[in-house]
Amino acid sequence: MSTTSPNSDDVLVRIRNLHFSRGKRKIFDGVDLDIRRGKVTAIMGPSGTGKTTLLRLIGGQLRPERGSIEVNGLEVPKLKLSQLYELRKRIGMLFQSGALLTDINVFDNVAFPIREHTNMPPAMIRDMVLMKLESVGLRNARDLMPSELSGGMARRVALARAIALDPMMILYDEPFTGQDPISMGVIVQLIRLLNDALGLTSIVVSHDVQETATIADDIYVLSEGRVVGHGTPQQLAETNSDWVKQFMQGLPDGPVPFHYPGTQYADDLLAGSDQDRVV
Amino acid sequence: MHNSKTVEIIVGLFVALGLAALFMLAMKVSNLSTYSGDSGYVVTARFENIGGLKVRSPVTVAGVRVGRVSNIGFDNTTYEAVVSMSISGDYNTLPTDTSASIFTAGLLGEQYIALEPGGDEKYLQQGGEVRLTQSAIVLEQVIGQFLYSQAEGGGDK
Amino acid sequence: MVNLIRNFGRWGLGVFERLGRGHIFLFHILMGIPSVLARFGLLIQQMMSVGVLSLLIILVSGLFVGMVLGLQGYNTLVDFGAEQSLGVVVALSLVRELGPVVASLLFAGRAGSALTAEIGLMKSTEQLSGMEMMAVDPIKRVIAPRFLAGFISLPLLATIFSAIGVVGGFFVGVGLLGVDDGAFWSQMQAKVDFSEDIMNGVIKSIVFGFVVTWIAVFEGYDAVPTSEGVSRATTRTVVHSALAILGLDFVLTALMFGNI
Repeated sequence: MSTTSPNSDDVLVRIRNLHFSRGKRKIFDGVDLDIRRGKVTAIMGPSGTGKTTLLRLIGGQLRPERGSIEVNGLEVPKLKLSQLYELRKRIGMLFQSGALLTDINVFDNVAFPIREHTNMPPAMIRDMVLMKLESVGLRNARDLMPSELSGGMARRVALARAIALDPMMILYDEPFTGQDPISMGVIVQLIRLLNDALGLTSIVVSHDVQETATIADDIYVLSEGRVVGHGTPQQLAETNSDWVKQFMQGLPDGPVPFHYPGTQYADDLLAGSDQDRVV
Repeated sequence: MHNSKTVEIIVGLFVALGLAALFMLAMKVSNLSTYSGDSGYVVTARFENIGGLKVRSPVTVAGVRVGRVSNIGFDNTTYEAVVSMSISGDYNTLPTDTSASIFTAGLLGEQYIALEPGGDEKYLQQGGEVRLTQSAIVLEQVIGQFLYSQAEGGGDK
Repeated sequence: MVNLIRNFGRWGLGVFERLGRGHIFLFHILMGIPSVLARFGLLIQQMMSVGVLSLLIILVSGLFVGMVLGLQGYNTLVDFGAEQSLGVVVALSLVRELGPVVASLLFAGRAGSALTAEIGLMKSTEQLSGMEMMAVDPIKRVIAPRFLAGFISLPLLATIFSAIGVVGGFFVGVGLLGVDDGAFWSQMQAKVDFSEDIMNGVIKSIVFGFVVTWIAVFEGYDAVPTSEGVSRATTRTVVHSALAILGLDFVLTALMFGNI
């Protein structure tokens, strides 16, 4: 399984030997990733494998214990705060909940990064916001407040906001979770369309195998802090790896066990009461 | 973000209200209106006993407050109290032979300095000294004197 | 036994940790203040929600406290035949103590807890995180304006409290209880000193404004991002603010009025 690409120009984000722990738990134990420019790369794995943490590490909100994270040639953990902010202006992030600012309406939410980081005149800002909203299909919803939006609509507004400054990369944190089939379909299409139309690089973190596989160019499967599978959706469907098979096919038992580890069933029943139990 | 003009006006009114309250307190509640600023001058007076006189106690002439006690010190050689009085510049025609006495306002009241103008043609200036002074009346001494004089008078009979 | 000591030690270390975090946080806020002054609109908006909307409770409470002072003061002074000095009692109590302290306690309860809840909620819905990822410093954009607004509003509110309290005392004393109008004001003016009493009261309320707003904003920012965490943070704001106000009040009073 190759984890590197032939042309280094091709790679926007290069992660090598990443180690990160939260408390005593090792989240990443030597992870190597390549995110190719202009492609949709999916990062998948069971819940709790730290996929959101990975996005935070790429965005510089967290620092790794060891290893390098390179975005567009820049070493993210080593950046000064002002440089980090410059980098973040070129990265859009879509949070799981949308993370819209609840005290302002849809229009102002999308306009927020534009107003904060540029000095564009109001007329120009209006045009830009309308364009972004149009591309997600919510131009006529621009006067609504976030509390009046459904979950799917809120995520689309957040997407419009993420592309407001025409970033070079967008990070999607679990964009499909908890969506009905229609809004799921909408989001799936939008991610692919925007990626190709705007020449973006997209990183989609998800555990929704079906939907992600339809739009991803590249898939990494993480488990227990390591990369256990990598390739195109086609390659992974034909893989021999037990890990990847269990994940992709949604098998209840396999390398990730069904039973929480501990004592044997027979011993527990025979023990009679929990006071005699040796844990 | 909507009607930010209204919000600005309201906040402006709020700040104005706060400042107005401060102004009202300053004028009607405190003694600011009777402050004549810093055109005052300081004179000293020595007393054998200042009783309960405190810094900021009033200094009056004919019952009108003309200043206040600004400092109370002690002379190690003459064992006298040295009181500095800050007198407002409006009252700069006090003759140099003015006398200063320490009286009590009311029965339980605080003590203050009453100045009685003399007749000299020269006026007190900054740094001048009031030479004629009368110390505070200490109640125990008065009672002691009274009993003593009673005893004397009674003894003579 | 060892467990007890260990837990106590852990608690103590936690206290120091929070204290340190709080001060580093304060430092960042103060660094962010110049950028707030550049975006005046943010400040004005916050002063509206923090200051103006607290006005009602301050006015009503101030009025009633003043009236009660008038009543109680009269009841006590009348035994000494000194009821004409009611103005002095009402004014000094308010300006020196009750104005700054009670207004700050009310402020902590109303505006302080609201700030904590708002910021805590923004944290738990990832709005602060989102802002960070959009390269907007949430401390400069969200926290600093609120801090400055509280810091400016509280002295104003405390002064308003004292002023309306005096008016309340006037209504009760002169209006209802028959204290002489002239004596009320003239005695007050003779005894209340602008720089010693009123300005010291204002200084107190400035100190309280700084501390109470700092606590409110920090507890919100530091809250555990769950609904239980936010509710606990709100409670902590009110309790810690109250303790801080009363403790500082003692220290400041001793410094300012202790020598007289």
